[in-house]
Amino acid sequence: MTTASRRSWTRAVMGTQASLHLRGRRIDSDPAVEPAVAAVFGGLRCADELFSTYRPDSQVSALRRGRLPRARRHPWLVEVLALCEEARDRTEGYFDAWLPGGFDPSGLVKGWAAEKAAEHLAGLCGFDHYLNVGGDITARVGVTTAPPWRVAVEDPTDKTAFLAILELRTGGVATSGTAARGHHIVDPHTGAHPGDLLAVTVTGPTLLWADVFATAAFARGGDDVETWVATRAPGYEVATLARAP
Amino acid sequence: MRRIAIAAAATVSVVVLLFSYRTSTDQTPVAATGRPAGGAQPSRTTSPPPAANPSATTGTTGDGTFTGDAADTRYGPVQVRITVAGGRITAADAIDYPQESGRDVRINTEAVPELNQETLQAQSAQIDTVSGATYTSEGYQQSLQSAIDQAHR
Repeated sequence: MTTASRRSWTRAVMGTQASLHLRGRRIDSDPAVEPAVAAVFGGLRCADELFSTYRPDSQVSALRRGRLPRARRHPWLVEVLALCEEARDRTEGYFDAWLPGGFDPSGLVKGWAAEKAAEHLAGLCGFDHYLNVGGDITARVGVTTAPPWRVAVEDPTDKTAFLAILELRTGGVATSGTAARGHHIVDPHTGAHPGDLLAVTVTGPTLLWADVFATAAFARGGDDVETWVATRAPGYEVATLARAP
Repeated sequence: MRRIAIAAAATVSVVVLLFSYRTSTDQTPVAATGRPAGGAQPSRTTSPPPAANPSATTGTTGDGTFTGDAADTRYGPVQVRITVAGGRITAADAIDYPQESGRDVRINTEAVPELNQETLQAQSAQIDTVSGATYTSEGYQQSLQSAIDQAHR
């Protein structure tokens, strides 16, 4: 078996770390690799500049202040606004970017931006990749003989062990969890912080919807949450679930 | 030692979920994959710790010892060091962890021995990346991912 070389690149972006791994025989010789990698991180940076709620000069911040006329909306913002509406519908409102504190698409943008950024790798031939942004992963194994990526899912009960190791070829893995640093997900129907789940990991064909449904499933909880995800999002699945004791 | 023995007894069950999505021409979640849709018993297979897993390890470029970047947490920095041989993590240690306040000491003494032990159990498989909720990890996911990154830099 031919050894596939592998390399990684990391950047701090969107308030977290992004790690890109590429695997392929021509990793050190293909001149298309470095420009594609630069484009991936460039895409993430652009998304951060547009959507960050922490940057006063972002489009989302302007929108929250009510100072962004339609005509000035970036096409990506238009796309994200539409996706947020679709996500609210698909999740029966358990994913809702229109919070009492203002529009906040962060729960959708990270996965969306990672996937969009990874599209810059589509032109590379003979490479597999994964992009991990703050614990959410989009991956593609394009080489048919290559093994899947092995994704360890952190155990939220002691923060030290793994709940599972998932094998991922093409698609997304997203985990939503309780907030050790303060609750950051609320049930939009009640405004309450969800209680019965500690963490939920959703897998499926895209990271965008895996991420949305991980967030929604965490906010919703309930004994039937796995069925709920499978029904609301065919092709997506709760891969691991940690319930509060 | 006793604590480590207890931690070892409470073996983390490693669940291996095999899935292989069709190359994604589908960009919406309505893509049917023909997989069983969960229910009370979602489709998943429990397997023994994957030391028995014959899946080939590709690329040994990552062999060596790698220290992840320190990840800042509410309690202080967490830093993980891994040793990789033959593409597998053979040791993982928290070389820096919060130890200032009483709470930190508790986290330290409770979590770190288990951390080392259980990561060792989980690593009998090759791990390429780590998924976790950004806000639950308290830095461990970040630093472990960082160490994996450095193994392939």
